[in-house]
Amino acid sequence: PADTFHNLQELHHSASLATKVFIQRDYSDSTICKFQTKFPAELDSRIERSLFEETVKTLNCYYGEAEKIGGQSYLEGCLACATAYIIFLCMETRYEKILKKISMYIQEQNEKIYAPRGLLLTDPIERGMRVVSFANTWDVFLSVGTTLKELCTIYKL
Amino acid sequence: MQYKGFLFCARSKEIKYSCSCQWCIYNQIKQSACTFAAMSAVMITRKVTRKWEKLPGKNTFCCDGRVMMARQKGVFYLTLFLIIGTCSLFFAFECPYLAVHLSPAIPVFAVLLFVFVMAMLLRTSFSDPGVLPRALPEEANFIEMEIEAANGNVLAGQRPPPRIKNVQINNQIVKLKYCYTCKIFRPPRASHCSICDNCVDRFDHHCPWVGNCVGKRNYRYFYLFTLSLSLLTIYIFAFDIVHVVLRSVDSGFHVVSLTPHCTVLEVLVCFFTLWSVVGLTGFHTYLISLNQTTNEDIKGSWSGKNRVQNPYSHKNIIENCCEVLCGPTYPSVLDRRGVMLEDSTSPNPSDASTHKSSNPVSQTTVRQHFL
Repeated sequence: PADTFHNLQELHHSASLATKVFIQRDYSDSTICKFQTKFPAELDSRIERSLFEETVKTLNCYYGEAEKIGGQSYLEGCLACATAYIIFLCMETRYEKILKKISMYIQEQNEKIYAPRGLLLTDPIERGMRVVSFANTWDVFLSVGTTLKELCTIYKL
Repeated sequence: MQYKGFLFCARSKEIKYSCSCQWCIYNQIKQSACTFAAMSAVMITRKVTRKWEKLPGKNTFCCDGRVMMARQKGVFYLTLFLIIGTCSLFFAFECPYLAVHLSPAIPVFAVLLFVFVMAMLLRTSFSDPGVLPRALPEEANFIEMEIEAANGNVLAGQRPPPRIKNVQINNQIVKLKYCYTCKIFRPPRASHCSICDNCVDRFDHHCPWVGNCVGKRNYRYFYLFTLSLSLLTIYIFAFDIVHVVLRSVDSGFHVVSLTPHCTVLEVLVCFFTLWSVVGLTGFHTYLISLNQTTNEDIKGSWSGKNRVQNPYSHKNIIENCCEVLCGPTYPSVLDRRGVMLEDSTSPNPSDASTHKSSNPVSQTTVRQHFL
């Protein structure tokens, strides 16, 4: 088993990213949440450009919809103000609903497109909405194994 | 625990695998979510550390991470005392007389206004103003590499150029500065608060009266607080005067001897509050109509020198007001109540340790591993 671990690790390292790849924010449209669609060179051999661009464009659409200032956001704002914002303790805001949709979308994209190519996409909310990052599934898998082990040791499970 | 293609042996605490295709690896990661969920239930009963306990920065947290404030809260307690004290005196001494002699609607409206003021104050003080989390080591390294690539070779002895990124927003060049504390390029309109030691998005100012920074997430509550407090102050001031006038009309014109001490106190407090709070409300109304922050106003970022204009303004007062006051409610990106795994005390020399982060305070979080 120790030998198998070693060989498989080497096998995966040959086709993996050296570090995580981070897609930065695109501020050309003011401060709304939008990510750059420029294809990073490190992902060249791992994923097709069109698939990558589609994922980022769809994410940008979702965020654009969440931050849109229109009829629904006015209604929500005025209603909440009238109740001194106490209504937010029981009701989910529109932004939160769309964030849930985004995390479902990212999970779906990971399963269908990125995991088979050995990549995992992060949800930008985990990084303060600053970046979208790509990691190797193998690296994530190993750290998952390490964490499970540590959890068992610490909590004596 | 057994999963498709992999085994996590609960006894030896190791992962044994039979298949290493990417699909099986992904499935194992997904299945681990169930394991973590089950473990979390056990961990929580044994008193875990939540992320807010280890957040950098100088904030204080209460109610197990639900409430977030600055460290110095003295002035905030003073604000609370002044508002609650003055209103209590008003309700206790003025309202019975006014309700009987004028209308019962007067105290009712005062109560509603008071509740609104308190709700806005507490919301401003207790919520996350829009703090940007610091970059994790991998992201910080990635940015460092980008900076070095952009700057090229710096000769020994020469000072490296300042870390600035130029970004074009609405046909205007905006400079994004690098924050050495948070290790990120600050987004436009973000600024680092030295009192709270955090970068805050759309940073307005740090308000000691409210005991918190005022930023993107709580600016509208802050504005509504100053506006409603102005109205409340004017209301109490006006009805105090009415009360004194009515009393003196009722029982002769001996104004000075008939004025109770509490009315004098209320009038004094309201008089001094009026000038400052109404002025502040006016100032912020002006800022909102131009879509500017206090920080930008103080620094003179968009003062018009060198034909520099505010790229965030819609050039229309109504639109600017709507964006600031009726815009979407942004979520907090600081996960304060997530569960944190502490670093194990014994060093782990196996191969797996090379995949841990190189952060000397190496801490992993339960959620982080799936992403």
